[in-house]
Amino acid sequence: MSAARGQVHLWIVQRVTAMLLAVAVTVHLVTILLAVRGGLSAAELLGRLQGNAAWLCFYAVFALAAGLHGAIGLRNIAGESLGWRGRGFDLAWLGIGLLTALFGIRAAWGLYAA
Amino acid sequence: MMDLRPRSHPTYLAFLVHRISGLLLALFLPLHFWALGSALRGEEALEGFLRWTDQPLVKAAEFGLVVLLAAHLAGGLRVLALEFLGWRRRQKDLVALSAGLSLAVGLLFLLDVL
Repeated sequence: MSAARGQVHLWIVQRVTAMLLAVAVTVHLVTILLAVRGGLSAAELLGRLQGNAAWLCFYAVFALAAGLHGAIGLRNIAGESLGWRGRGFDLAWLGIGLLTALFGIRAAWGLYAA
Repeated sequence: MMDLRPRSHPTYLAFLVHRISGLLLALFLPLHFWALGSALRGEEALEGFLRWTDQPLVKAAEFGLVVLLAAHLAGGLRVLALEFLGWRRRQKDLVALSAGLSLAVGLLFLLDVL
């Protein structure tokens, strides 16, 4: 894969995840505003998420999109500010993004299976 | 003297806000997932973490994060509209709308937790 094609792929991933996140973050913000009314408790949180496959799917997609979007954003900033450019850095950022996403999916699983 | 005119334009300010909010949110994401992962250790561990977040300083930080997330969302929607829908006119109005939405979400969060 040429460097230019790699750049295009990352740009596409960044925009596709941005579109997914536009929906997911809106849902997340509305959920936060509703959930914090009267305080947040573990029982309330687990009552909503425990055993709920729809929320698990939502948070798994959300975590994947957020992990990749954040890592590609950091890659762009590091490239511009620190000169960290090239295929090696791109692969490292992709790895960081996927690892962050896995960490998020693990947390979502924890809330589902608690 | 350096010409600062282009940098005083609202869209430059919007670019800065988008970049800084994105950077901080990307750095916060692993911490967020780590904290939510406390659910993996059971309801009691999750409840213990949630009670820790009741501290005023943590609530203030949460308010900041909610505003950053709303600002990054609103700014991101503006960028997507610019890139994919070609909404090039009235950029100043769109920047003001993004800023207003972010602050409104932040204020709603404060009203909920106070």
